[in-house]
Amino acid sequence: MNSKGNTRRLLVAACALIYFFLMLPLLVVFPISLSSAPYMQFPPPGLSWQWYERYLDDPQWIDATWRSLYVGGATAALALALGVPLAFALVRSRFPGRALLDRLALAPLIVPTIILSVATYGLFAKLKLVGTWYGLVVAHTVLALPFVVLVLAAGLRDFDRALEQAAAGLGASRWQTLRRITLPMLRPSLVSAGLLAFISSFDEVVVALFLAGANMTLPKKMFDNIMMEIDPTIAAVSVIQILLVSVVLILIGRFGRGLRDSAR
Amino acid sequence: MTTRAWPALPALILLLVFFLFPVVRMLGFSLEGGTFDWYAKALGEGLYLRVFWNTFEIALLVTVFCLLLGYPLGFLMATTTPGWATLGFIFVLLPLWTSVLVRTYAWMVLLGRNGVFNRLLMEAGLTTDPIPLLHNFTGVLIGMVHVLLPYMVLPIYGAVRRIDPAIPAAAAGLGASGGRIFWRIYLPLTLNGIFAGSVLVFVLSLGFFITPALLGGGRVMMIAVLIEQQVREALNWPFAAALSAVLLVATFAIYALAQRFSQPETTR
Amino acid sequence: MRTGKGSGEGSAELLIEGVAKRFGEVAALDHVSLSVAQGELLTILGPSGSGKTTLLKVVAGFETPDAGRVLVGGADITALLPARRDIGMVFQNYALFPHLSVKANVAFPLEMRNIARAEIDRRVGEALAMVELAGYEARLPKQLSGGQQQRVALARAIVFNPRLLLLDEPFGALDRKLRETMQLEVRRLQRRLGLTTIFITHDQEEALVLSDRIAVMNKGTIQQIATTTEIYERPANDFVADFVGESNILHGTVSAPGLVALPDGRKLMVDSEAAPGAKVGLLMRPERFSGGGLNEFSGEIVEAVYLGTSFKLRIACEGGPELLVRQPARGTLPAAGTKITVGIDPEAIHVF
Repeated sequence: MNSKGNTRRLLVAACALIYFFLMLPLLVVFPISLSSAPYMQFPPPGLSWQWYERYLDDPQWIDATWRSLYVGGATAALALALGVPLAFALVRSRFPGRALLDRLALAPLIVPTIILSVATYGLFAKLKLVGTWYGLVVAHTVLALPFVVLVLAAGLRDFDRALEQAAAGLGASRWQTLRRITLPMLRPSLVSAGLLAFISSFDEVVVALFLAGANMTLPKKMFDNIMMEIDPTIAAVSVIQILLVSVVLILIGRFGRGLRDSAR
Repeated sequence: MTTRAWPALPALILLLVFFLFPVVRMLGFSLEGGTFDWYAKALGEGLYLRVFWNTFEIALLVTVFCLLLGYPLGFLMATTTPGWATLGFIFVLLPLWTSVLVRTYAWMVLLGRNGVFNRLLMEAGLTTDPIPLLHNFTGVLIGMVHVLLPYMVLPIYGAVRRIDPAIPAAAAGLGASGGRIFWRIYLPLTLNGIFAGSVLVFVLSLGFFITPALLGGGRVMMIAVLIEQQVREALNWPFAAALSAVLLVATFAIYALAQRFSQPETTR
Repeated sequence: MRTGKGSGEGSAELLIEGVAKRFGEVAALDHVSLSVAQGELLTILGPSGSGKTTLLKVVAGFETPDAGRVLVGGADITALLPARRDIGMVFQNYALFPHLSVKANVAFPLEMRNIARAEIDRRVGEALAMVELAGYEARLPKQLSGGQQQRVALARAIVFNPRLLLLDEPFGALDRKLRETMQLEVRRLQRRLGLTTIFITHDQEEALVLSDRIAVMNKGTIQQIATTTEIYERPANDFVADFVGESNILHGTVSAPGLVALPDGRKLMVDSEAAPGAKVGLLMRPERFSGGGLNEFSGEIVEAVYLGTSFKLRIACEGGPELLVRQPARGTLPAAGTKITVGIDPEAIHVF
């Protein structure tokens, strides 16, 4: 029995190290973002808010932040508007080509993003959509759609159809059943799907690199800055980004369908 | 009360017009002039063959490291108390959903010549000159393992969770030691999760762009970086298309093979 | 020999005519016909896969039959949407809306009928009082016990005064004691409201307790439809005899009026007018045996079980059948291997 306890302790110790490896990059940007040094230095010689001030005072950063927020919001809205009906059809209907459509809907997860980006760039250059925010929204929606379909499909498969039958038997029309019973009960899945779609767009670099043109999104602006110089402003932006993702994850944990369920 | 197929239509149109069509259209460029010359170049010239081989090698190493680090994590999360498991999930999901850029930037800060690691090593007197950790193979490997580790942890966690806790308990009751229970019970029963996670990590590695582009510093050439260069710098669309086609075929082939071999597992 | 509200008296509230439904190769319903009178409680009893649930779904409108008609109060509702049928149903797992309070659950059918708010409040209050759940309005279903959830489901099914009440194995999830209480309560409520009711179950005891009449189903057909006592005392065939209650079933040939010869040569006196030469089935309920009678069986006890009020004995008769016999529990439980003689009178043997 004692050897079993030791094995377990060893496992826990190893995992602690691996967790440290996972969290280290997220943690390291906090002290750097508060550094008083004029360039990257660790440990920071003193504390200051200068990098946050620089971020807030630079219209380019603020502009990029706003653009990422509304592109993300629009992507989430469009991905839900298209993905929710798609998930209903995929889970609840049997029609020719259903399996094929199922694969097509998940394919953007599998096809390397670089290929999708280059291909979309080629088409959008023809259509004069490069540099437009709505072009980016369309491309991000293609990437976000699989998340919406996966989360909603899981929610729908666990949904007890007897509840809809009960509603129908009690006099509810199809529309009333959908609005009063089905959608409210799927709300956790909808919340998760929408937030995941938002984050997937908000974080996305590769597509934005090709399609954003002069209209920077936050990740593209960061990419360009990293390529040019390592300026601790990026650390400040990173901290803000990490905090935002944390808030979204907390929201999902609080109001969404458990992320753990979708890990099955 | 069955839904018909029509609700799928808007999404189908989006996928056809803005996903399938552009990809097929671009791949068509690779056959410019009706010849396979660009494919011959991609697969025939030593320089480019090296890139494919490099990509493959990195993907394989990343998969192995992810498995080595991911299995203990997935296993612990699945077998610990719910409270600890939740904390474990936060530590896996927070990096997963943090922008790849943020994480890549952080690794540059950590691994650079004047980065955190080298400072600590030199102050401790373990080395006099900075160790090159960035803009090379090592840097790319560390960065990619970090990005892809969660994709390995989640399927393994799922596989361990699916095991009825009564089974290992029964094995222990029958006199099996901890090590035996692992090798005879957990490992065989989680092979599907290991397999799923490995395929996912390997395939994602093949098409990886941001991490090699930034942490490789132009010295570690992977296929995705090469495609980007051909489009943005060389403006050689046909060649980029041929490279993309090869990458895509490799990706789908691996998935198809994986599906063949993972048939026995039932989804529910 | 009709008990209580019999069949066929007055007009049939629910009429099912030749309803058939196939799922691929399987005939779930093979041209089923039956009628339920106004205010009657008819139980459909059968094992799983017998088609009873499919029949209920056809009545509720969740399945469309391949053939046949369903009429309620003389009107054909076969093609009507479930929402238009005016049928209250209690589902197997209650199907309470988990995101709605008790009050909102019960108010749901009234809201769907665009009834005024004040009227809804009044009727929900009445319905909840009827199932003794006044004061639970604000709770969510998951905050209720199984029995309470079932009362809510019942209140929701009757609050809109449906023409018909359907109960789909509603007691299955409850423990034995609660189940018995709920059964009596449902029965009382159904009688009080005069609700025409179809009750589905695979539990024959439950069926005997609750029903006016029972329809025994197997393999998509109705084997027998009759009052509870008739089903128990005079089953129509082997299946019904075997499925309802404990039984000993023997087969033989009528050798002379009132005499049946068994394959082992034994002859039993029976109270039947079957013509000589006819092949017949004999049903002997275990509790109808006594220490002696006109037909005697001798044998050895193979198994003896103590059941509180009675002993259950399995007896291997010499050169003949094995019998299941119940005797009042008096004295000590006889040991296996003990020789015993039991008897049964002709009128206690049902010939079919």
